[in-house]
Order: sequence, then C-alpha cells, then structure tokens
Amino acid sequence: MRRFSGWTLATPATLLVVIFLVLPVLATIATTFTTPAGPFATYTSFFSSGFRRTVLWRTIQISAFTTIISLVIGFITAYVVSRAPGWLKSILIIAAVFPLLTGVVVRSFAWLIILGKNGILNSTLLSLGLIAEPVTMLYTQGAVIVAMVYLFVPLMILTLVGVLESIPDDLLQASSSLGAKPSATFLQVILPLAVPGLIVGAVLVFTGSFTAYATPQLLGGESQMVMGTLMYQQAMVTFDWVAASTIAAIMVVITIAVVLLMTRVAKRLNPMAV
Amino acid sequence: MTNKLHPALIVFTVFVFFFLVGPLIIVVGSALSDTTYLTFPPQGLSLRWFENIFQISAFRRTIITSLQIAFLSTFIALLIGIPAAYALNRYRIQLPGWLSTLFILPVLVPELVLGFSLLKNVATQFDAPIFLSLVIGHTLLVLPYVVRVISASLASFDFSIEEAAISLGSPPLKTFFTILLPNVRSGVIAAFILCFITSINDVSISIFMTGPGISTLPIQILAHMEQFFDPTVASVSVLLMALTVGVMAIVERTLGLTFLAK
Repeated sequence: MRRFSGWTLATPATLLVVIFLVLPVLATIATTFTTPAGPFATYTSFFSSGFRRTVLWRTIQISAFTTIISLVIGFITAYVVSRAPGWLKSILIIAAVFPLLTGVVVRSFAWLIILGKNGILNSTLLSLGLIAEPVTMLYTQGAVIVAMVYLFVPLMILTLVGVLESIPDDLLQASSSLGAKPSATFLQVILPLAVPGLIVGAVLVFTGSFTAYATPQLLGGESQMVMGTLMYQQAMVTFDWVAASTIAAIMVVITIAVVLLMTRVAKRLNPMAV
Repeated sequence: MTNKLHPALIVFTVFVFFFLVGPLIIVVGSALSDTTYLTFPPQGLSLRWFENIFQISAFRRTIITSLQIAFLSTFIALLIGIPAAYALNRYRIQLPGWLSTLFILPVLVPELVLGFSLLKNVATQFDAPIFLSLVIGHTLLVLPYVVRVISASLASFDFSIEEAAISLGSPPLKTFFTILLPNVRSGVIAAFILCFITSINDVSISIFMTGPGISTLPIQILAHMEQFFDPTVASVSVLLMALTVGVMAIVERTLGLTFLAK
C-alpha cells in the first residue's frame, strides 16, 4: 500500500511560499545592493536625507508609544477579564474579538469621525465650554497613536487573557495563604509569570504599528508620514522603486531583528522553563 | 480565585470596553443619519446611504471582487494548507525543522513589503493579470492561519485511528475524507473564518495591486474617502460589520462561544 510521503503533501504550500514570497522579497532586497552607484548607495542616501531620518524616527516613536500604552491598557484589562465570572468573561471576550475582526479601514474611519474638525470630540468640548474654537486633532502624531492603540488593544487583551488564565490557581492560593497581600501577589507572582506573554504581545504590536499603512495614511496624512506611507508614496506616486525597495529592506530587517531578539529575551525570562 | 478586584481596576476596564465599542457605535449611528455630511448622533433616520452604496458602480464592482478573492484565496489556502499542516504533524521527523518557520513567514514579513514585491517582481515582470496577483497575495496572507489552526487541531488527533483505517484497506484519500477531516472539522471552520475575514479586510497587499478596472472594497473605501466625506463610507462599514457579526454567529452555532476565548 503506497502512502503519500511528507514532502508530497507539503510541496504545494512550500512552493507557493518560496516562489511568491521568499524569492520576490529577496529580489526586492537584492536590487538595493545592485544600483550603479555602488552596493550601499541607496542606504547612504536614505540616512543622509533629513526628511527620511525624521520619518524613520517618527515611526519608531509612534510604534514605541503604541506598544507601551497597549501593554498597560491590555494587561490591566486582561487581568480583570480573566478574573470575571464565566458569563461576563464571554461577553467581554466577544467585545474584544469583534473590533479585532472588523477591518483596519473601518476602525480608522471611526476615529476620523471622532477627531475631525467638526467631529464628535470637538463639538462635545465646544458645547461643554472647555474650548473656544475647534482644536486640530487630525493629522497629528497623537491622532495616529490613539487610532493605533485602538487597533492593537484587543489583540493585546486576547493574548494576555490566555497567558493569565494559564497561571495555575495553586500558585496564587499559595501566595495569599503564605500571607502575601493581593498587590504583592500581583507584582511578585502574576507579573513575572506574564512576562513572556507581555513580550509576545509587545512584539505583535510593535511590528504591526511599525509597518502599518492604512491608519497613518488616514489619520496622519502627509504631515505625519511614516515608513509604510513613505514606502507607498515612493512606489506608487513617484515611482522610485529603488527607494521603495530600500524602505522595504529596512522594514524587513527591523521587523525580523525585533522578533528574533524578543523571542530570545522571552525564553530567558520565562520562569516556568527551568 | 477568591482575590477581590480593586474597584479602580473595574472602573478602568469599563472605560476600556467603552473605548473599544464606542467608536463602532458611532460609525453605525452616522451611517443612519439623514444628512449629507457625517455627524453623530444621527440627525433624522434614513437608510438612503445604504442605497447609495449600490448606486455607485465602483462599490458594486469591488464588493463582488472582494468576495471572489476572499473565497478563492481561502479555498486555495485550505487546499494546500491542510495537507501541509498534516505533513508537519504526521511526518515531523522526515521534514526539516525550517519548514514550519517557512509557513509562518507571511506573518513575519511586513504585508506592505510582500505586496510591493509581488507587484515589482511578479505582476509587472511576468505580466500577470491583476486579479490573479491579488489571489496569490491573499492566499499567501491567509496560509499561516490555515497551517497554524489545523496544526493545533491535529495536535490532539490520535494518528493510530488513521493507521487502523489504512491497515484495514482504506485508500489514502478516502481515509483523509472519512477519518482525518471529520476530526479536525472545528479547525477547518475556524481557519475558513479567519482567512475569509483577513482577506476581505486586507489593505496592505491589495493597495499595490489595484489597477485600471479592478480594486477591492477596502481600497475603494479609501479612494472614496479622499473625495467625499459623506455617510456612504459609514454605511459600507456597517455592511462589513454585519458580515463580521454573521461570521461570529456561525462560530457560535458550530463551535460555541468559548471557542473565541482560546
């Protein structure tokens, strides 16, 4: 009786990924080293441009803020959700999954309505008399960060609820029966055990916001250009494909470096894996 | 757990969920407004902006294109992803370790980079039709979900059942359909839903591959927003949210809501 071998079954998917992902992406990166001006010319020109350095720095800033804010909000919320009674927990998890399944465009559009010049936030503040005239909130770094946090908090909550629920109840009972206050249990038992999960969440959010396109495009526009929107502009508006490839290569390197570094850190900090 | 939660934590959580759900309620409200501009709370109730979606031919066309691409790419990803996940679990020793990393690459590589590379090195190089390029891009995008979800279902599958069927003379394909597939049914449903939703909402890959006459719904929404700030976009958003609600209802019916918590 002849059976399929492992390779026969895995080949179609392997070929698809190699032909349409690995090779094209490598080709994109390769073109940045084969310009007539020399192998590193495109990178020298990227980093010598003040505008592009600003874009890179802004992207790092936005991603870092988004990650930190999402971590704090996500962790506290996940802690409460994981302690909620069964029925309430299901409802809260649905409330977190629903935005996650709603597209990026829809969720960014919502903030366009809220933060606009005649938007809800401005008209509310005006009618409360807190401001005299509408404040410009769109096309600022703050607007991009708020919308990105909105984008990533559900992901963080769901990641961390899973992590917090996997902490054995015995440990918490042991901690409190040995006299630890709830705050001590939280800081000395729960937090260290959640560190690997926090790192996974942080990596997801950082890489996601570092390479985002739709949200910074809609809420930041031209004045808050980030790596993603700059790359799109170079590729599809000015048709400078070498410059676009350079940005692509920088995004790939930073993404993969963050993932590798943080997985290593997560492994070392995991108190359960002795 | 007997530990009581501090009231401040509960208040904080209430605010967070208000922050999560509020903006979506605002979108629904503005879609129902009878005004020509976006406003909330809605002034007058009307469904005319929903009718307006279908009067704009670009929306009609892109809704159909997006559905076609989502179904096709999900179908192809399941077709090649299920055998791959099976091979990874069943023939772990035969296959090299990097293979499972290869299948999660589409998540690791930024979507924008993948979209641009497909445009630059596949679509323009080989003159591939835009529709085909979109299907390829979306299949890559959703493949990791299939491999991961099916692998998770297979982890609890007892391969000796399959051995029994084969040693009793069941041909491989029949074994696959009568023994393996029913056992990973919930995984297949979950993978289908994740893939479909991911594809229909994708911006970063599609944005590079929309050309004359062909575009997807999210890209059309972005294009419409550049010119008009009317409630049409809000009502399209509501349609997309309705689709999500429908999908979640399917999950609830077939797998139970607790499935979402995993």
